[in-house]
Amino acid sequence: MQTLTQRLANPTRFMQLSGTLLPIVAGAASVAILYGLYLAFFVSPADYQQGETVRIMYIHVPSAWLAMMAYALVALSSFGLLVFRHPLADVSAKAAVPIGAAFTFLALFTGSLWGKPMWGTYWVWDARLTSVLVLFFLYLGLMALRSSLEDENLAAKLTAVLALVGVTLLPIIKFSVDWWNTLHQPSTGMTSTVDPSMRWPLLVMAIGFSLLFFALHMKAMRNEVLRRRVKALRLADVARRDAVAAE
Amino acid sequence: MDLGPHAAFIWISYTAVVAVVGGLIAWLVADGRRQLAALKALEDRGVRRRSSGDAGGV
Repeated sequence: MQTLTQRLANPTRFMQLSGTLLPIVAGAASVAILYGLYLAFFVSPADYQQGETVRIMYIHVPSAWLAMMAYALVALSSFGLLVFRHPLADVSAKAAVPIGAAFTFLALFTGSLWGKPMWGTYWVWDARLTSVLVLFFLYLGLMALRSSLEDENLAAKLTAVLALVGVTLLPIIKFSVDWWNTLHQPSTGMTSTVDPSMRWPLLVMAIGFSLLFFALHMKAMRNEVLRRRVKALRLADVARRDAVAAE
Repeated sequence: MDLGPHAAFIWISYTAVVAVVGGLIAWLVADGRRQLAALKALEDRGVRRRSSGDAGGV
């Protein structure tokens, strides 16, 4: 009898399920982000200290949140590959890496643009900024390692090991603002000091970005499943031709 | 809409998000179409998996 994860691990079933879910998740992401943008630009007020610049928060914070969530997903998928040999685990890890890298870049870029008018500089080597930059390089390293090896099984395993080693970076990023004296502000959370007029647009944008990430990840996984099927068919085609030539 | 003296920082930030996310979407859609076209070309030539609809390999 198959467990739920075993049933979901079936690539054919994944393709059927994701084919149904993808337009729904993508549609929900679009609605949430458009509503979030409306709240961010037309409903939420300017900050009493930061002025209009606070509106960068509505894209910077969700990007930073996704940079870390994507890496947690890469690490979880890598664990699934190494320990449970889950058929879709490597597909999930490989699909999440470039998307995570893109959101990490956005977190760094928008943070830098927010920093210049607020701190007077685009960049400082403080613990939060530096650890997120290391996360970005880790994503690039995962992509470089995978593409440098021809043996896909070996590439998947080595990439998974590196991803699991790199997961130690997540608590460092999260708690860097508490452990060290940083220019980056401490985490305010969603419930504490952020005024509701700014908290709700931020929450809606965070939900929209999260849905967007899941839609992008699902699409990337579908592409990877198709790529592996194409590769399997090409190998079968070559084997068939060799057999015909040998007769 | 008046975004104050630092409007350029805000607009560049939002433009970057639109460009990067738009680029990601375009890349994923193009990649999906490329894989589907390759799969169809192979199937049109009569190449089949040993057990189509199997539960094992990806």
